[in-house]
Amino acid sequence: MKLHEYQAKELLREHGIPVPEGRVARTPEEAGALAGEIGCPVMIKAQVLVGGRGKAGGVKMAKDPAEAVSLARAILGMKIKGIEVQQVLVARAVDISSEYYVSLTVDRASKSIQCIASASGGMEIEEIAEKEPHKIVRFTVDPESGLARGAHYDSLARAFGAGPGAEQAWQIVSGMYGLFTGKDCSLVEINPCALTPAGSLVAADAKVILDDNALFRHPELEKYRSAEEYGADEMDARSQGLSYVEMDGTIGCIVNGAGLAMATMDLIKYSGGSPANFLDVGGSSNPEKVLHALRIISKNPRVTAILINIFGGITRCDDIARGILMAKEKLAIPVPLTIRLIGTNEKEGRALLQAAGVEAFTELTEAVQAVVRGTPRERARA
Amino acid sequence: MSILIGRDTRVIVQGITGRDGSFHARSMKEYGTAVVGGVTPGKGGQALDGIPVFDTVAEAVNATGANCTAIFVPARAAAGALAEACDAGLPLIACITEGIPVLDMIGQSRKIARAGARLIGPNCPGLITPGAAKVGIMPGRIHLPGNIGVISRSGTLTYEVVWALTRAGMGQSTCVGVGGDPVIGTKFIELLELFEADPGTAGVVLIGEIGGDDEEKAAEFIRSSMKKPVAAFISGRTAPPEKRMGHAGAIVSGGRGTAEAKVEALKSAGVPVADRPDQIPDLLAEKLSGVRGGSER
Repeated sequence: MKLHEYQAKELLREHGIPVPEGRVARTPEEAGALAGEIGCPVMIKAQVLVGGRGKAGGVKMAKDPAEAVSLARAILGMKIKGIEVQQVLVARAVDISSEYYVSLTVDRASKSIQCIASASGGMEIEEIAEKEPHKIVRFTVDPESGLARGAHYDSLARAFGAGPGAEQAWQIVSGMYGLFTGKDCSLVEINPCALTPAGSLVAADAKVILDDNALFRHPELEKYRSAEEYGADEMDARSQGLSYVEMDGTIGCIVNGAGLAMATMDLIKYSGGSPANFLDVGGSSNPEKVLHALRIISKNPRVTAILINIFGGITRCDDIARGILMAKEKLAIPVPLTIRLIGTNEKEGRALLQAAGVEAFTELTEAVQAVVRGTPRERARA
Repeated sequence: MSILIGRDTRVIVQGITGRDGSFHARSMKEYGTAVVGGVTPGKGGQALDGIPVFDTVAEAVNATGANCTAIFVPARAAAGALAEACDAGLPLIACITEGIPVLDMIGQSRKIARAGARLIGPNCPGLITPGAAKVGIMPGRIHLPGNIGVISRSGTLTYEVVWALTRAGMGQSTCVGVGGDPVIGTKFIELLELFEADPGTAGVVLIGEIGGDDEEKAAEFIRSSMKKPVAAFISGRTAPPEKRMGHAGAIVSGGRGTAEAKVEALKSAGVPVADRPDQIPDLLAEKLSGVRGGSER
């Protein structure tokens, strides 16, 4: 789950990391009032979960509350990469003498937490890695021993300079590490980590991504969930235990397993069609899930045909067949269905479908070609 | 011949009384696997189709001489189940459970490494040596004993490829699903090494997907250290960036982990990459005949 900047900063603040004073506003008037309370100049920052806010004109500085009102009016409602800005962060503007970068992520290779720090910040880490790789310091943290003041301190000193810089960076990274491990994050990033002329480091901008699999341990973080990351249908799907990502094509797909779901989309494209979505009904067998999957996909007006591709392992074909029949009974599915069914309990599943007059393919390539050509074995009833 | 599991594998199932655990314990046993016990705390003393159930892994191992476990417990209990399997000294752990917090896996992977155990998964279909043993959830009947090794980050996509191999008459030595999470136990390279050393394996199919760089590392290993032919398939060519595609590990982030980069890396290591899963048998057969031709010269 991705967090907004203001939410990320709330968590950073809770973990003792210096963050410029700021609060979130939903109207220009609120932004003006906040600017007055906080003290100008303030930054007015669009809160959307996509990058490139600055370039899109979603981050501006206001010298007084009146300007804060007019800037907030311009930014609220603006679209950044298709996402409408619904709230702005009003935060005290910091004088910046230099910009650093620091983040914690999961390192797949060493199976540990990795810290990346850099003496230049303010741009994406990929860009820093390309332009000034010598400025990047990386180290991994053994989760059992945690951060070590010796070696890790020295690494930070290489990025932040010895002396007060290193000490402050150490305090910040310690707080980040507490947040990362305490709230099960998959990313905690401060960029830029700004050095003020007075010599203090503050988190001028921040990103936090939470591990979805660990949210059950942190019910207090549910309040941060926003429909923006997933869209209404994606949220709906998640609440039914489905993994759904909407795309811009016309062929809806329901598949069991993420790898096969991606391969099915690829195959639709390869065969000349375009996938309308990624949808993994998940590992466990449950007829209701198929019903919800069909309901959600049927809502997408671009969808002209639906392909159900099941290779049963832990998913049982008879459960899927029951779900399909239940959906046909309860929903008005507006487009033709093409079904491919094979694997665990295939015989039982096919028998159920056949008894209801529904045919299913065995081979994936054939099923994909049929759905792309618009020649499913089963036509929607007019 | 095979890798990791065979006729001498004695399996226990952790979470054997749950919906999935019981179903697949039965299915593994029907396949001919020696399923010697199960574990569900509080249900020790019961039996499932003649398979004795124990309260703890240690008791199960002591009573049955098990040398392998398949974990089917819910995600919240998985870290505890892994720790228990480790403490009981089991050398091979297949963790089928999906949705385990990544920090739990980071913690457990240290423990597993210290215990000298091998973990397959989590969030994986498990592994199968056709005709000998099945430790996982794959449908047994799509497999055929033979000499092709299969390794994959996916579950159902592996079935698709295995089914294509079987129909082409190309049986499998062992098929291993490594799992779709960012932090997993055994990776591609370790399995490629095992297959390279296995006299029962003539060629390998590698099934990768977007996210991470394990395919690129595998490509490098194949280039530098493998004589046996490898063919590959990569899924996620149409996946949009910055979106998690079901698997927690399947995400293109900051321009890294793309399907294109993986296909490119594999091709440059001499590994043919199929556009469709059903092209794999031909691609691999071609490579295999090339190897034979080479050795005759």
